[in-house]
Amino acid sequence: MYKIVRKELLNPTICLLEVEAPFVARKAQPGQFIILRIDEKGERLPLTIGGFDRERGTITIIFQLVGLTTRALAKMEEGDALLDFVGPLGQPTEMEGLKSACVIGGGLGTAIAYPVAKGLHDAGVETDVIVGFRNKDLVILEQEFADACDHFYLMTDDGSYGEKGFTTAKEKELLEGGKHYDVIIAIGPVPMMKFVVRTAEPFGTPCRVSLNPIMIDGTGMCGGCRVSVGGQMKFACVDGPEFDGYQVDFDELMNRNATYRTQESEKERDHMCRFDKLGQELIR
Amino acid sequence: MATKNMTPVKTPMPNQDPAVRAHNFKEVALGYTEEMARQEAARCLGCKNHPCVSGCPVNVRIPEFVAKVAEGDYEGAYQVITSTNALPAISGRVCPQESQCESKCVRGIKGEPVGIGRLERFVADWHRTHSSEHLTKPASNGHKVAVVGSGPSSLTCASDLAKQGYQVTIFEAFHTAGGVLVYGIPEFRLPKAIVQGEVDKLRELGVEIMTDMVIGKVLSIDELMEEMGFEAVFIGTGAGLPRFMNIPGEGLAGVCSANEYLTRINLMKAYLDDYDTPVLKSRAVAVVGGGNVAMDACRCAQRLGAEKVYIVYRRSMEEMPARNEEIEHAQEEGIDFRLLCNPVEVLGDDKGHVCGLKCIRMELGEPDASGRRRPVEVPGSEFVLDVDTVIMALGTSPNPLIRSTTPGLETNRRGCLVVGEDTVSTTREGVFAGGDAVTGAATVILAMGAGKKAAVAIDSYLNPAE
Repeated sequence: MYKIVRKELLNPTICLLEVEAPFVARKAQPGQFIILRIDEKGERLPLTIGGFDRERGTITIIFQLVGLTTRALAKMEEGDALLDFVGPLGQPTEMEGLKSACVIGGGLGTAIAYPVAKGLHDAGVETDVIVGFRNKDLVILEQEFADACDHFYLMTDDGSYGEKGFTTAKEKELLEGGKHYDVIIAIGPVPMMKFVVRTAEPFGTPCRVSLNPIMIDGTGMCGGCRVSVGGQMKFACVDGPEFDGYQVDFDELMNRNATYRTQESEKERDHMCRFDKLGQELIR
Repeated sequence: MATKNMTPVKTPMPNQDPAVRAHNFKEVALGYTEEMARQEAARCLGCKNHPCVSGCPVNVRIPEFVAKVAEGDYEGAYQVITSTNALPAISGRVCPQESQCESKCVRGIKGEPVGIGRLERFVADWHRTHSSEHLTKPASNGHKVAVVGSGPSSLTCASDLAKQGYQVTIFEAFHTAGGVLVYGIPEFRLPKAIVQGEVDKLRELGVEIMTDMVIGKVLSIDELMEEMGFEAVFIGTGAGLPRFMNIPGEGLAGVCSANEYLTRINLMKAYLDDYDTPVLKSRAVAVVGGGNVAMDACRCAQRLGAEKVYIVYRRSMEEMPARNEEIEHAQEEGIDFRLLCNPVEVLGDDKGHVCGLKCIRMELGEPDASGRRRPVEVPGSEFVLDVDTVIMALGTSPNPLIRSTTPGLETNRRGCLVVGEDTVSTTREGVFAGGDAVTGAATVILAMGAGKKAAVAIDSYLNPAE
């Protein structure tokens, strides 16, 4: 069993849990993920590692309350324990040789972008961060980010906090202003990642995206997480979760991610569609 | 001694009615009664040179245990079997006996061979329901051995080592021990309570089982040996990587590997309402492949309520690698076998979901490297199967997670671990391997045989004086 030692509701829909998992904490690296199961009858839920503390032997996970399992997870309290907690899985974020990077996080992806940004910043890479939220109430980890990067840009869709607009608007503005990055790392909803890549394309900036497809085992066994990357089939669990954004077939991924999505909130879907539409306009 | 039963056919196995069982996950074969078992056992001629034993990968002393059954000494029969086979309730159910022990049976020359598998199963089940013996943990010999994976080779290896006093720890990546026996083989063919019973026996012997441990990620083989004090490691991680066909449309929603489909159903109990696991709700399903896994997948699809289920296989019935019994059961349950057909494209609707499987007819040409006649396409013979789900059961290959994180551990072109002449020593000292991780996808009983051999090799490695 894996004990929950800290719980925080970061905003009304995003929850943080710090979980005792000493073996996982020993090895965890930014960009990797875990799979958890709440109880015997629960599903296996993959979540990107939001942070790790090797001394305390803990892993932090941050998740959005979108489905059956994440809602049940958010009902758990400090002192409760998870039945299963497997990891660290997947390949860590590649940092070697980087001098400058821009980390772009959208919505829940922001939480996952945090350890990546912090890892880069700690490794001496000049790191800019752009994060985007629907509105002021949903903003998370503001101070943490500000401390873990060189330039921090906070965007809201409705302009209720930070600057108004999508993350891609800021990305475009920075690139047009002559800003050079060795890499842009995008973590967030699939449509956002798709348009981060489209935005970077005219500038030739390399883009990496962190994918979170359907999976069961996280060891390459089920093939549920297969994604088309450069026309080749890759398994996000072992080959990823980060891939070259220019090579990923985002439309196929979005489609496959919807396979079991019957309980997804209408709101979430609307937001995705709106992003896709506005993103298209932005590119034009 | 009872008189011999010279009936040319096996005593029939009572089965659940096909019309009923096609809609439930309960075991298909119900097992012999004592009377049926004695009757079948009396068909054995007790040949002096016992050819059947040579067909058994774990050398069960078949005529000896069958004679005990004929005498009604079922516990005695169990002791004979388990002196060489730790998991008879499992092998009695899933072994391809027709190509092993039973293929060598003299009774098979004129008529059907003795139903050795059915008798083995009977004996194991009899023991389970009649014996209350509890195993006791043997005195420790002070040596620590790590077993990676918990499928048939690992369970056998761990059992044999624990009985000799080794302190064994099993590391399993999933949340439940049993490997392919729990995630792959469905309940209706191998009830999970039987696997659980075998795992519980290991615990009684003092074997520690650590689930949720992906070796190669959370700990490397080197860390197991250098930091955690394991003097030897057995790798029994199987062949878990699914193959796909690389045809257009495989990325559509509604296409999955048999591994994914079966794991959701068997390990994660998607067929039970009170489990949260989602699974494809299908109207019509095409399962591509002709092995046991394909049979398991199509019969699961039928049980989950699909109206129409096809097997799509590119060769003919004769070349089908699945056990005869599984093929017969699938046919009885109404699975539609489309033989000499090969998929060329998965068709999708405007929502990106499967709406058909385009296939081409095949004919058999000259024999290929496997000795089977090579299927070749019949030009212009394409047709479309009306399905909303496609399940790929095309075979599997070993997982690279361990080999890629263990320097000096060599694998061959197919990703299988390279072993020495003893068939279980890897290219790393103190590291042994067996089962599908070495052979590529094969059978439960071959894996068990390898687990046994590895236990012997590990014992002589750690206790060379003996």
